Amino acid sequence: MDRAKEIVILSGKGGTGKTTLAASLSKLIPNKIIVDADVDASDLFILLKPNPLRQDKFKGGSIASIDTKKCIQCGECEKKCRFSAISRNKEGNFIVDPYKCEGCEFCTYVCPVNAIKMNPQIVGNWYISETSFGTMVHARLIPGAENSGNLVALVKREAQLIAKKKGLKSIIVDGPPGIGCPVISSLSGAALALIVTEPTLSGIHDLDRILLTCKQFNVNAKIIINKADINQSNTEKIQQFADKNGLEIMGKIPFDRCVVKNLSKNLTPIDSDNCGAVKKEIKKISNDILRYLSE
Amino acid sequence: MWISVASGKGGTGKTTVAVSLALSNRNTIYVDADVEEPNGFLFIKPVIKEEFSYTELIPLIHQNKCTFCGKCADACVYKAIAILKPVKKAIFFPELCHSCGLCSFVCPVEDAIEEVPKEKGKIRKGEKNGQLFIEGILNVGEASGTPLIRGMKKYIPHDRDVIIDSSPGTSCPVVESVGDTDFVLLVTEPTPFGLNDLKLAVEMIREMKLPFGIIVNKHEEGNNLIRDYAREEKITVLGEIPFSRKIAEAYSKGIPVIDVLPDGKKFFVNIMEKIRKGVNTGG
Repeated sequence: MDRAKEIVILSGKGGTGKTTLAASLSKLIPNKIIVDADVDASDLFILLKPNPLRQDKFKGGSIASIDTKKCIQCGECEKKCRFSAISRNKEGNFIVDPYKCEGCEFCTYVCPVNAIKMNPQIVGNWYISETSFGTMVHARLIPGAENSGNLVALVKREAQLIAKKKGLKSIIVDGPPGIGCPVISSLSGAALALIVTEPTLSGIHDLDRILLTCKQFNVNAKIIINKADINQSNTEKIQQFADKNGLEIMGKIPFDRCVVKNLSKNLTPIDSDNCGAVKKEIKKISNDILRYLSE
Repeated sequence: MWISVASGKGGTGKTTVAVSLALSNRNTIYVDADVEEPNGFLFIKPVIKEEFSYTELIPLIHQNKCTFCGKCADACVYKAIAILKPVKKAIFFPELCHSCGLCSFVCPVEDAIEEVPKEKGKIRKGEKNGQLFIEGILNVGEASGTPLIRGMKKYIPHDRDVIIDSSPGTSCPVVESVGDTDFVLLVTEPTPFGLNDLKLAVEMIREMKLPFGIIVNKHEEGNNLIRDYAREEKITVLGEIPFSRKIAEAYSKGIPVIDVLPDGKKFFVNIMEKIRKGVNTGG
C-alpha cells in the first residue's frame, strides 16, 4: 500500500486557527498535496490563492417533487415520510420541503398514481488547482446543501490519486469544525490528526469530544494549543490532561495581534517578520511533522 | 419570537451572542443546537432537571428469516445495506443509515427486518435563576446531528422568546437550526475569513427567505470590511462588539460577555428590541 500519509487538521470548536495553521504548514512543508476539507466554509483559498486547472460539479442525493395534476391527495406520502418533508400548502396541495427532504424515495414507493418524481441535485463544485506551494484539491458546497461528508471523501480520493501520479508521500488536510459527518469523513484513512485547541473552557470541552472521535476511528492525534498565553491555568489543564492520556502537545502558539493583522492582508504569520514568536513555534511544529513524515 | 444565531465561520462568537441575548432579556429560553460541540452550558451553568435519550429507528436484519433477495439493499439510496447472496449474509452500515424505514417496508418476508431504536444523543433541560435552558448532545461517532436538532425543537416551550445557538458552517444541521425561526442573527468578525463565510451564510439565509441581520464581533475602529459589505448588500448591522483582550479572557473562563462589557446588558436588550421591530414590520 503506497497511500500518501494524510495529516488532518481538526479542532472540534470552530475558529481556533485550523486554516491559519494549515496555510502556514502548506508553505513550510515541501512535496505534498493540499486539501481543503471544510467544504461548507472553505477559507484556505484566501491564503493560498489557488489557480483552478479543473472544475467539476458534485452531485448529491435527489429530492422529491409532487406533480399536483397527477396527485389524488391520498396523503400516503405524508404519512410515510419520516422527515416531515411533505405537507399541504395553502391551496391544499401536497408539497415537498426541499430543505427537509433527505431523498430516501419512500414516498415514490407508496404513491398509487406515480405523481412523485426524484430530482437529482447538484450540491457543489470541486476543483484541482495549482498554488505556489503545490497542488490543491478543494470544494465548495452550495450553502444549505447536504452530503458534505461525501464531498470530503471525494476531494481526499482525488488528492490521493494526484499524490500517486506525482510520487508524493504526504497530504495536508484542512478539516472542518465539529465531530459530525464531514469530520468523520476527513478522519477516514488519515495517518495523523493535529488538533488545534485554545485554552478556553469551550476549547477544552470540544477538545475532549474531538479526541474521542479520533480514538473511535483509530486515528493517532497530537495537540496544538493556540493563543496559549490567553489563559495560563487552562493551558496547564490541557497539558495535564495530555500527560495523563499519553498525548503529545506539539506546540504552544502564543497570542499575538500580528496574526489577525496579517490575516487581514491575506498573509499567514510566517509571511512576515513582525510575528516572531508565533512564527518560531509554527516552524518548530512543521519540523516535527517533517520528521514524522520521514519516519 | 424565535431567533437563531448562526455564523458560517466558527469561533466568531455565536455562543457569546446567544447566551448574552438570553440572559439580558426576560422570559427567554436558550437552546443549544450546536449538538456536535455544545458550549452554552459553560456560560449559563444551568442546573439540569431532566435528561433523556434521543433515539432513531434503525433496521435489525434477522439473518435466520432473511431470504437475501436484496430488495432492501436495492431500495436504500444511502447504500447502508449490502446483501452478499453467495454467502447468504446481510450487512448493515449504521453510520450511513438515515432511519427512513424504507428497507423494512420493501422487505417481502414478515419480521425479517425489525426496526429498533438506537440512541443518537441526549437532550437535557435545565434552569438557572429563572433562565431556561435546553441542549442537545450528539453521541461521539454519530454522523448527523440534524435529526437530534429536529427532535430537540419539539421540546421548546411556546410561551416565551427562544434563542437558538446554531453550529458553524452552512450545511444541513445549520439549515435545521435556523429553519422555522422568525429571525436569523449572523455573527461575524472583520477578517477576510469572516467576510467570506458571512457571504455564504447570507446566500443560504436568502435562499431560505428568512429575515436576518448582522452582529460584528471583535470590531476594531477603522476596520470597515463588514460595514461596507453590509451597506452594499443592504443588510442591517444590529451591533458591534469591540475587540478586547478582557472579553477574550472572560470568555476563556466561562464568564458571559455582559458581565465585562460596559453597558453589556443594555446593548443586548437594545438588539432584541431592534429585532422585534424588524420582525413585526416585516423588514
